[in-house]
Amino acid sequence: MAVTYIDAIRDAQERALAENPKVFLYGQDIGKFGGAFKATKGLQEQWPDRVIDAPISEDAMIGMAVGAAIEGMRPIIEMQFADFSSVAFNQIVNQAATHYYRTGIPVPIVVRLPSGGTPGSGPFHSQSMESIYAHYPGTVVVTPATVADAHSMLLQAVDLDDPVIYCEHKFLYRWLKSDNFEGDNLPIGKARITRSGKHATVVTYSAMVHEAVRAAEILYKEGGWEIEVVDLRSVKPLDIDTVVASVARTGRILALGEAFPWGGVTSEVVSRVCAEGFHLLDAPPMRLNAKDTPVPYHPKLWAMHRPTPESICEALRNLLAY
Amino acid sequence: MTEQTISTPNKDLSKELSKEHARDVFRAMLRARVLEIKLSNLYKAGKIVGGVYIGKGQEAVSASLGACLTWNKDVFAPLIRDQAGRTAFGEDPLDATRTYLGSAKGPMRGRDGNLHRGRPAEGLLAMISHLGAAVAQVGGVLLAKRIKGELDGCVGATCVGDGATSTGAFHEGLNFIAVERLPMVVIIADNQFAYSTPNDRQYACDDLIDRAKGYGLEGHSVDGTDMLECATVIGNAVAKARSGGGPQLIVAKLLRLSGHGEHDDGSYVATELQEGRYGRDCNDVGKQQLIEKGWLTELEYSKWMLEFNAEAQEAVAVAQREDGPNPYKEEWSAIASPSLKGLQ
Repeated sequence: MAVTYIDAIRDAQERALAENPKVFLYGQDIGKFGGAFKATKGLQEQWPDRVIDAPISEDAMIGMAVGAAIEGMRPIIEMQFADFSSVAFNQIVNQAATHYYRTGIPVPIVVRLPSGGTPGSGPFHSQSMESIYAHYPGTVVVTPATVADAHSMLLQAVDLDDPVIYCEHKFLYRWLKSDNFEGDNLPIGKARITRSGKHATVVTYSAMVHEAVRAAEILYKEGGWEIEVVDLRSVKPLDIDTVVASVARTGRILALGEAFPWGGVTSEVVSRVCAEGFHLLDAPPMRLNAKDTPVPYHPKLWAMHRPTPESICEALRNLLAY
Repeated sequence: MTEQTISTPNKDLSKELSKEHARDVFRAMLRARVLEIKLSNLYKAGKIVGGVYIGKGQEAVSASLGACLTWNKDVFAPLIRDQAGRTAFGEDPLDATRTYLGSAKGPMRGRDGNLHRGRPAEGLLAMISHLGAAVAQVGGVLLAKRIKGELDGCVGATCVGDGATSTGAFHEGLNFIAVERLPMVVIIADNQFAYSTPNDRQYACDDLIDRAKGYGLEGHSVDGTDMLECATVIGNAVAKARSGGGPQLIVAKLLRLSGHGEHDDGSYVATELQEGRYGRDCNDVGKQQLIEKGWLTELEYSKWMLEFNAEAQEAVAVAQREDGPNPYKEEWSAIASPSLKGLQ
């Protein structure tokens, strides 16, 4: 029987609760209701004291988590949507992220951010916040793109001693399926070559991995182009060694992301590749991101706002033609 | 169901204040005052990098809270005017001088300074500058203790000023501790100014204590300049929270008897306020109250002052002899997970 990306997130939380008495879940509507996306369905029945409904208070949710972590617990906080974590921004970047450096006492919390766009979700239920949190020292930011990674990286995140921002892509929740949760269990901090190639490298993460693979297939059929796709998996730390090694093979790089275009992960990738592997490049590095507007509501606008296999192909054709 | 009574100070003197406890509170007030005068002088002599923020005029409130808390069992998140509470709770004065003077041996190792210090593993949280943020944090420690089955007999506490009551974090935090009915005491030291902003630009309700009912907290008002009243009301509120009475909100009326920090002369504080009821010095009031009760003699007071001056002098001298952090030996990593150290 096939399992989905959201099943992986639910199952990983169930396992974490079963295996580690320090783990507890806290978030809005996560108890009896099972969460807005059912990522915690049935878990409160099994662990009534460790699956706790929160008031609509994102700031207090993370403040609470920091205190609980200081007291030795490993809370997993569900933000109902990544967008609402902006209300908790202060607690995440100033309280959680600075605490270990300042005091020597670690704050092992996981903040789950249901991220990214889906048709019809509009400006406030579609955002990709990874770059914002990655900017701050003291955070780990992960962006699983596969069912197996969603599962293993959530369990690994719980075991890390730092605040982990776990960006789970809503578009993948039910669409992305697998036979089971098993994978290569690659650690957080390591990128993966999702598809190997020799003509150009696409460095991406989260849902865009799948769009990149689609684009690579189109270009292979079109002209025999072999596009390598690197899935960063975690954007912080960022596995630049795997990226540069790929660029060494292909000489060309497109950094692809669903987030807004100013700054961010794709800028970081390009700047590090330029700094560390400029001599490996046969063409100027390229970036492709969402458009520089809020994420629009209408499916027709939304579909054009984010990178698509077509826009990725177009970018790659230009990169290959240089 | 949370009790939602708002008590006036003198209605809540259910438990008699003991001589021993009152003297403990006063000793912490004195120790803190002496230490902070020393720190202020060092600042004015250019020996302290960054700011110095003192709790002059708030010692009675702060010490009354700290004196009811047990190190390594309870949890306390002080703010910038809580040296007296820190001292009463059990913080070593060396932690203060080392952090202010940048000794690498201090709890913050030069990575954070002045009042941004604590020993979180022992129950003293290290404040960030964002007001109200500690309310939910203390609540989180308590919630964790509840999940672990270790909450019985514990209490959490934090202090804020009138300015912090305007923040979203304060609102979210109070609502959260009330919803979870945590054993927590939140004190608002209403010292009439947030930096230079007077209360009429900070809030529009008659009295901040009126908010207690709205949050579902039990509320208590107290004259923050009256040591015996503070020790009694705050002591009873802590005891009530500790014994399952739910979260308690205390509003202490007083006046800040210093600038916001030692860089600020506080010239915007009107003379009428300084000469008014809340302009009196709680340390003078406390001394007078103890002497009148026969719980303190002038001779004892003089001995204590000598003792505390020597203690502060020694704490400063030790910290001044110690090296600051070595930037070339600094780890320069904010990551705790061994597998990710040094990775960006």
